[in-house]
Amino acid sequence: MSVFDGLKFRKVSSPVHNLDPRVKFFFVCVLFVVAVMFFQLLPLLVLFFVPIPFVLVARVKREWIRSLKGASMLAFIIFFFNFIFNYIYNEYPNIPSASLIEYSVAMTLRFVVLVETFSVFFLTTSPDLLGLALEQSHVPYEFCFAFTTAVRFVPVLADEAQTIMDAQKSRGLELERGNFLKRIKNYIPILIPLIVSAIRRSLELAEAMESRAWGATEKRTNLYVLRLGKTDYALAFTSIFMLVVAILVWRFVPIPPLSVILSFLQL
Amino acid sequence: MIEVKDVYFTYPNGIGALKGVSITIQNGDFVAIMGQNGAGKTTLVKHFNGLLKPTKGKVLVDGVNTRDISVARLARKVGFVFQNPDHQLFCETVEDETSFALKNFGYKPNIIERRVTWALNLLSLTQYRKTSPFMLSGGERKRVALASVLASDPKIVILDEPTIGQDHQQKEKLRQFITQLRAQKKTVVIVTHDVEFVAECNPRVVLMTEGKIVADGRANKILTNYNLVTKASLVPPQVTQIFMKLSDLGLPTNVIDVYEARKVFLNSLEGS
Repeated sequence: MSVFDGLKFRKVSSPVHNLDPRVKFFFVCVLFVVAVMFFQLLPLLVLFFVPIPFVLVARVKREWIRSLKGASMLAFIIFFFNFIFNYIYNEYPNIPSASLIEYSVAMTLRFVVLVETFSVFFLTTSPDLLGLALEQSHVPYEFCFAFTTAVRFVPVLADEAQTIMDAQKSRGLELERGNFLKRIKNYIPILIPLIVSAIRRSLELAEAMESRAWGATEKRTNLYVLRLGKTDYALAFTSIFMLVVAILVWRFVPIPPLSVILSFLQL
Repeated sequence: MIEVKDVYFTYPNGIGALKGVSITIQNGDFVAIMGQNGAGKTTLVKHFNGLLKPTKGKVLVDGVNTRDISVARLARKVGFVFQNPDHQLFCETVEDETSFALKNFGYKPNIIERRVTWALNLLSLTQYRKTSPFMLSGGERKRVALASVLASDPKIVILDEPTIGQDHQQKEKLRQFITQLRAQKKTVVIVTHDVEFVAECNPRVVLMTEGKIVADGRANKILTNYNLVTKASLVPPQVTQIFMKLSDLGLPTNVIDVYEARKVFLNSLEGS
């Protein structure tokens, strides 16, 4: 569950925390789009390093690394499946080629890039600001509320999942025992209480909201209003610039595989 | 026997929950671990069945270091009933729920059948045997959770906040139930804020504040020590409070039990 730790927001002040959530989200989306555009290793490797300065400035290194560690298992699975299936379909029975390995690593790295950027975003953006940003982008309030609530309950659910795991382990459940299918089955005693309590919680939340007159007024006003500052414009322009460059490269520049570059460097 | 030797525990987020805790719980002991929220009570008992491993120091259960054994193995010896039954109920019937641990431990069907019948009977749940645990009331669900742990007949029983959300009658049943467990020479550890409940049971009390044990002794010694109890964000039992207010009448201040209080009052009335 440690992958969720990387999504837990802590209230700190840093230049990254103070960025406008809309601009930050735009930046994350650009990274997302660029990551999906390329399937070569080189550009994804570049993308991998882009969020790191933000992590350092925001001083969320520890949490961020923990979320990456949590995602490492999934990353491994992605690598494994890409590698195995491509190998069986395209290259069996020859020995696996360098380009196949490079492709599998690239796909894994694409996933890691997505995880790391979203991790930075959620680590440095309070759910309240996020909701506010959505509202000011004229998204209907019901959707904003549903969204912020969902985000806010992620860490709560993660904690709860941990407690449930502890409770079931205390009753002799061994999660890491048996073959692949058995292991998946082992998670049923965790998932059912988790889902049941999530549903219970949502019903309670609905009642609490209604008793506090949710939706009583048509037009809501806000105490805080988001305004773009200098750094926000800077990040917005950087994002657009990155997107444009990425599209140009994607359209017009052939990207050589890493193995070719490496051999070229050796010469 | 549980031996905790100078245990420190720090959560992954850097919060130090235990700071040098040492305690020995003998076989057949009845211990109430008390203290304010965040004092480290639950963290401590989670070390007793190996759910948490100490950052520094060691925990021995019957001489075996909890580091060297899996939680599932330890669970045969140490039963742990969590605070919220909804965190463990998932089966279609109360019967399945109660046999879950037994199946995990690999018991034979006829033994499972016998143990389940015994546990359900013990907690007066026999009538709900084929009912879904989700259809039961809060108190009943709590009893199902208890039954599911007791069915495997562990030597040591840990109850985390057993009195929360229980009405007086249920608490009384729980108290009788603990007495019954003690008669079977079982070790019982409860984690609780419920001063009145502890006062009625008069167990050994371990008082914790900020990750350290600040007092350890009989309930009638600890819970009547006003300074100690307030330091742990608790209040003395109501009976004790009355006796404290009446101390100028020459009445003792170390009374926690209603029956004992009655005796003391009658004696002093007869004396005057």
